[in-house]
Amino acid sequence: MSVIVEGKNIVRDYHVPGGLLKKARTVHAVKGVSFSVEKGKTLAIVGESGCGKSTLARIITLIDSATAGDLIIEGQKVDIAKAPLTAEMRRKVQIIFQNPYGSLNPRQKIGDVLAEPLKINTDMPASERNDRAMAMLKKVGLGPEHFNRYPHMFSGGQRQRIAIARALMLNPSLLVLDEPVSALDLSVQAQVLNLLADLQDEFDLTYIFISHDLSVVRYIADEVMVMYYGEAVEYGTREAVFSNPQHDYTKTLFAATPRADVDSIRARIAAKKAAA
Amino acid sequence: MSRLFLRSPEAVAGTIILALLVAMALAAPWLFPRDPLAIAGPAMLPPFQDWTIPLGTDRLGRDVLSGLFHGARTSLAVGLAAAATSIVVGVLVGTIAGFAGGWVDEVLMRVTDAFQTVPGFLLALAFVSVAGPSLGVVVVAIALGAWTQPARITRAEVLSIRERDYVAGARVIGMHPAEIAFREVLPNALPPVLALSSVIVAAAVLTEAALSFLGLGDPNRVTWGGMIAEGRAVLRSAPFLSIVPGIALVLTVLGVYLVGEGAVEASAVKRGNA
Repeated sequence: MSVIVEGKNIVRDYHVPGGLLKKARTVHAVKGVSFSVEKGKTLAIVGESGCGKSTLARIITLIDSATAGDLIIEGQKVDIAKAPLTAEMRRKVQIIFQNPYGSLNPRQKIGDVLAEPLKINTDMPASERNDRAMAMLKKVGLGPEHFNRYPHMFSGGQRQRIAIARALMLNPSLLVLDEPVSALDLSVQAQVLNLLADLQDEFDLTYIFISHDLSVVRYIADEVMVMYYGEAVEYGTREAVFSNPQHDYTKTLFAATPRADVDSIRARIAAKKAAA
Repeated sequence: MSRLFLRSPEAVAGTIILALLVAMALAAPWLFPRDPLAIAGPAMLPPFQDWTIPLGTDRLGRDVLSGLFHGARTSLAVGLAAAATSIVVGVLVGTIAGFAGGWVDEVLMRVTDAFQTVPGFLLALAFVSVAGPSLGVVVVAIALGAWTQPARITRAEVLSIRERDYVAGARVIGMHPAEIAFREVLPNALPPVLALSSVIVAAAVLTEAALSFLGLGDPNRVTWGGMIAEGRAVLRSAPFLSIVPGIALVLTVLGVYLVGEGAVEASAVKRGNA
């Protein structure tokens, strides 16, 4: 098994410039996080709002640079702050955003949304670009009739499928999913998660899946990292983390998840009776 | 969109006024093939006396109606050209400032501030008196004072749009920053600026008239402002010389405002439905 992406002690600080009445300060969004993901596996990053999950996602997707630490993608060290990124490196990592209503340009037809990555990164003729876009559209469960429509004509689930299709157009090896289903309703969540699982098998994709929803994580993850205030407080295989959480925050997090299995319902009723 | 637009009475009234003005401007060379600055009859002929010169003549015996038609050409041409120039310049500056950020933003916005602190009309006046009155100079002079507002509005829109996910998405697929700014961000920042365009056109028409009134318009062209200035000297004995072009000016500005209002309302309804 080859390692697709590896992070070593990644740090990201934000400098908040001071104004007339307040001093400048530094926010430590990510404080030295390390991880590595093997090909075809899924690493889930879990944590509450503002714990640095999305910042980490933007660093891994090469949108923002890290303040310190190394990011190694397919054995190559990447630092966008030092050297400009090659087109080849760009295509290896793609991202899917949380909000499907904000991730598509409202003035671009779906066909153009999908063909654009190829237009920028390859010298493929227009007809071939369109053929590939059409094929990808079918792969994510949409039809050729959707090709010439605008984003506002689609539902949230459909838009997220379009976003997935766009991310896959360049045959990336790593896909960063920044809470890809949290803006969707429950039945659509399941459809999109199934689609993601199918695509992972088909293209041998590596996922970094960012979420705050533990039931989703339990379904899709191979390994789990729990982040708390910019630090990775727990990191291990799914079984290890879910069955034997070490850190207090992880325990609290699991305790806060509603459970619906028969034993826990019985325990809850017993507790209620005892209290009454 | 066009159906929504025509539903509001303001828009219909504005469209009719503007259509009449455009028809006047386009028909002027056919209806009045003679030079509007040439003498057409006795001086200071009051309106409705001679039906070959229905609106009478001015102090030098020039046909007022002919001047009105030819003046519509100048007013509309200068108004539209000045508005177009200021919007294009403003949108470019605003997009670059908002998207680039940092010191580029800082420099461009301070330049904008500098232009905003000088009254637009004073700026136009100074520019025309230095560069000499001609149609092109008048257009630039008006644009000089009018581009700051679209620049500020565009920058504000761009600042919010550049943080959207689709802009980050474009970066991830490797799009060039200039391409992101002008293909992903700019088209989505335009609607509020276009809503402003009617105000800018109306202001440009008025500024042009004011410049001509002060004798800083192109001397080889008839302008409404110039006609009003011409009539000022004989305001008591022949008030129609100032009133007739004055009414034309009021109607033009009114027409432009009404159309702008209608367009904004129609787009608001459309957005409300979407």
